[in-house]
Amino acid sequence: MDLKDLYRDVIVDHNRRPRNFGPLATANRSAEGHNPLCGDRLKLYVDVEGDKLADLRFEGSGCAISVASASLMTEALKGRALTDVRDYYAEVHKLLTQHGFVPNRDLGKLAALSGVREFPMRVKCASLCWHTLIAALDSVEEPVKTE
Amino acid sequence: MIPQSIETNRIVRPSFDVARLRLDFPILSEIVNGWPLAYLDNAASSQRPAAVLDAIDRYYRESHANVHRGVHTLSQRATASYEGARDKVRRFINARSTREIIFVRGTTEGINLVAQSYGRSNFKRGDEVVLTWLEHHANIVPWQLLAGELGIVLRVAPIDERGVVDYAAYESLLGPRTKLVAFAHVSNALGTVLPVKRMVAAARARGIPSLVDGAQAVPHLKVDVQALDCDFYAFSGHKMLGPTGIGVLYGREAMLDAMPPWQGGGDMILTVSFHGTTYNTLPYKFEAGTPSIADAIGLGAAIDYINALDWEALCAYEHDLLAYATRRVAAVAGVKLIGTADEKVSVLSFVMDGVHPHDLGTILDAEGIAVRTGHHCAMPVMEYFKLPATTRASFAFYNTRAEVDRLVAALTRARAQFA
Repeated sequence: MDLKDLYRDVIVDHNRRPRNFGPLATANRSAEGHNPLCGDRLKLYVDVEGDKLADLRFEGSGCAISVASASLMTEALKGRALTDVRDYYAEVHKLLTQHGFVPNRDLGKLAALSGVREFPMRVKCASLCWHTLIAALDSVEEPVKTE
Repeated sequence: MIPQSIETNRIVRPSFDVARLRLDFPILSEIVNGWPLAYLDNAASSQRPAAVLDAIDRYYRESHANVHRGVHTLSQRATASYEGARDKVRRFINARSTREIIFVRGTTEGINLVAQSYGRSNFKRGDEVVLTWLEHHANIVPWQLLAGELGIVLRVAPIDERGVVDYAAYESLLGPRTKLVAFAHVSNALGTVLPVKRMVAAARARGIPSLVDGAQAVPHLKVDVQALDCDFYAFSGHKMLGPTGIGVLYGREAMLDAMPPWQGGGDMILTVSFHGTTYNTLPYKFEAGTPSIADAIGLGAAIDYINALDWEALCAYEHDLLAYATRRVAAVAGVKLIGTADEKVSVLSFVMDGVHPHDLGTILDAEGIAVRTGHHCAMPVMEYFKLPATTRASFAFYNTRAEVDRLVAALTRARAQFA
């Protein structure tokens, strides 16, 4: 077990300086995610224009893994087609849970999350924002829970 | 003149040989992630000495049969061992009679038993149960379940910024509608020792029965239920060197006698026919089905082990260790202690500016240091301090200053790396 595998530089950086952090004035959907086990809470704001995710931002508090995952997610998905967004979701889900999974596309900085799968107790931290994103897109009213 | 603290150390240390005691606990020599295990999660569950493991093993190898049933030799052996464990528990908490010792799965089940049996048969709409803000979920949710069904009201005594129950506020909550007070002896999230004797007496003076959640107290304080004068006292085996799956509900005999059974089945009956059933006497009335025989015997072995320790020296050692840990951890840059009551045992809860507890938990684990991170099943406490989570180091008598030093070094590195 190597901590450097979990806390890669890009993750430490995105935790210290989360991108797209704060409310989104143009949001037309939002969802809240909550991990009762950790107390992680985040709110995700999305601006869906037609079949495109025009913009997304998040706020809340959580551990380095959950904050960095949300920050990386917003950076990676801004401006993408909704079908593409769901494809990213599926790819990241496998990245977080399947040993030796090789992504079908270049995930860019999101690949840094692959270290999380060596730490089963922390997978929920990384996946919270992704579940919350899907909930926002599907406009689920209730807060999403990963517990 | 020798300073007081040094004098204390000179008296305490030789009579309490931690290095030797640690050898009694096989798991303490485990290597975790390349480091010797530093187990600082005792408030969640303690470890067990070989004497407990051996007692369970020996029971299954030599004496196992069902209890209270057969006339054959093994059944007699099993029954004698199981009932022997009950008497050890009785002496351990100074109950009057073994009829007052109900074996349950743990503290949670003990509290649920009181809620479902005593509560359901005594509470009416508008009745009040008084709790404190420090309670573990196990002493909140069983009452909330009743509140939803019976329309009873939960009243909660507030705490202050040190994590101490506001005693005057507690007393002011006791009124004609109060039907039970239920509170922790020691807070699991903060380590605060509650003035339970005084709280029980205040309730009794008004004719209100009391339940004490002793899960965190029995490993660190001498408990005497007659001196406390409470009506119910619940605790778990696994937090006091015993097995999981076994715990104890002490109940004043007159109270238990008047309560209906809460689970039906074998062993809790005298006669069964389709015309009606008569119930067994105490304590069996509350022990339906085959009990966790081996675990009760293991708990008995844990009590034997504890009884053989120099209790006074143990308390002094634990006190010294917590004081040392408090001083060292508080001095780490960015650390804020949560729960600073004068009267505390075992628990050091804290947050570190810029490093989330869950990251700390993982960072410490990478160096073989086991701590708890999260809300510690006491979300109202977290809510009061406006925190999602804390890091909690909790100590047992087998922990050492060297382990505290490792914790402090790892915290210092984490702060440098993350914040």
